[in-house]
Amino acid sequence: MRVDPANRLWRYPGIRLAALLFFAFLYLPILVLIALSFNANDQATIWTGFSGQWYGVVLGNDDILRAARNSLVVATIATLVATLAATLAALGMATGRFAGQSLIQGLIALPLVVPEIVTAVATLLLFALIGLPLGLTTVIIAHTVFCVPFAYLPIRARLEGMDRTLTEAAGDLYANPWQSFRRVTLPLLWPGVLSGAMLAFIISLDDFVITYFVAGAGATTLPVYIFGMIRIGITPEVNAISALMLVVSIAVVSLSYLTARLRQDPSTSPATLTGHETRTGEPT
Amino acid sequence: MRARSGQAWLILPASLVIILFMLLPLGLMAYVSILEKGLNGGVVWGSHTTEAYLSFAFERDLDDSLVLNTDYLQIFARSFGLSAITTILCLLLSLPTAFYMALQPERTRNGLIFLVTIPFWTNLLVRNYAWILLLRNGGLIDGLLRDAGLSSGSLNLLYSNTAIVLGLTYTFLPFMVLPIYASLEKLDVRLVEAAFDLGANRWQALRRVVLPLAMPGIVAGCILVFVPALGAYVTPELLGGGKSLMIGNLIQGQFGSARNWPFGAALAFALLAIVLLAMLVYLLRFRQAPAGAAP
Repeated sequence: MRVDPANRLWRYPGIRLAALLFFAFLYLPILVLIALSFNANDQATIWTGFSGQWYGVVLGNDDILRAARNSLVVATIATLVATLAATLAALGMATGRFAGQSLIQGLIALPLVVPEIVTAVATLLLFALIGLPLGLTTVIIAHTVFCVPFAYLPIRARLEGMDRTLTEAAGDLYANPWQSFRRVTLPLLWPGVLSGAMLAFIISLDDFVITYFVAGAGATTLPVYIFGMIRIGITPEVNAISALMLVVSIAVVSLSYLTARLRQDPSTSPATLTGHETRTGEPT
Repeated sequence: MRARSGQAWLILPASLVIILFMLLPLGLMAYVSILEKGLNGGVVWGSHTTEAYLSFAFERDLDDSLVLNTDYLQIFARSFGLSAITTILCLLLSLPTAFYMALQPERTRNGLIFLVTIPFWTNLLVRNYAWILLLRNGGLIDGLLRDAGLSSGSLNLLYSNTAIVLGLTYTFLPFMVLPIYASLEKLDVRLVEAAFDLGANRWQALRRVVLPLAMPGIVAGCILVFVPALGAYVTPELLGGGKSLMIGNLIQGQFGSARNWPFGAALAFALLAIVLLAMLVYLLRFRQAPAGAAP
């Protein structure tokens, strides 16, 4: 919407306050959690003084470190495989229209549509049927699947915002298709690929439900470990590790957002990432 | 136009990953739901029965006759009820916010969209855990109210349906704001200004012009909140404290302690059917393919 701010009729009393309350509701719990993670005593919710000691306790806990390493291994492999597959698919989808294209589009979006618990059950049943023992391998496979659409969307958005005349110009200048891909398309596409990879990484790092179903005893990831901690009780360690996870997620997503916008291109706003396209290409 | 072979090769890996590890497992799940359950978990392959679906509402009596059992029906009803309240709460919170966002200049808008999406990317457990800190006895809300003299004793907010609804609302709020915002953002301002020119006051313009045009976004938002809320596992587990079960917890239980895979698969399949139905209704009604509509 393009609104003329001079028109008094556009001033709706109260919506500013409503929006303010909305963002307060969205961010207060997160801020409270981060504040309490610096609490000095061991009562988790009663503030007595500032201290970073619980971060020390968390980082000295071998079980947490082992879980964190599992999480990183899974997220790294799943991200690499998913981003590669997603990049190829996005390129394939952009090369030209073909019959069944929307079917493929739907297929790639499928992991976003199916409720997590359903995916978890279905994947567990598959591993049970083919007799694959639960462990890091099964977690990596399951994560790769739902990472594909998250990597795909920013790459596709970037490709769509790309100026097609550039590759045509490369062709006119006698570049063969591979050269024009290597020298023109890929450099322009790169921010989209990085952005998609970061989103896939964070989605994998944060996943709990599917991992909980398909991880065996030896493949505890950080979220699965945190779940166990929360069920036992509310402790300052949980506050600290939770705050750490929050900060990592927010940092990576912000980075992804900035990367996607590298070099004039506004085609990947966070709204596009969740599938709700905003109008693009307008001068700001 | 047919896909050129180069194109097909590019699309193949991603498609294969999703077909093999998503589509195929979903089919398998549907099949398992009509199998007989094994004695110690697992299933008896090749032995077909509709027992799992029957047990949604019935149980076997001693003489093998079916009698009505409302245990699970109550869980379904609670899940639908809590999801519906969650959807309404999200809608009430999101409508003014989405409208406010759409009225802002472009730069502010993009910043606000980013602020709305950030919580979505953070860990689900952590977000729900934050609410434990807020809601528990002696926690922030309880403590503040007591210090202010507004309550005496404990509020017992945590481990209740209220806590679940709050947690679900908090979790799925971005899914409501974004589609409503997207439809408002595309709205042609001239239509609203025409309403103003024709003597409508701002509330009439809102109700008669803006809201009807935002309807696709509102319906999409409701689906995107209601459907995942129905299948929620983490929120009822952590904030409901195990006593307020929802479908998600019931499903998980079938693969944990209850060891009834066909029943778990049948429940999951029912959930999937609801999702597909909701999407089909939306597509038929609004004709606009929401490809990759939402996580």
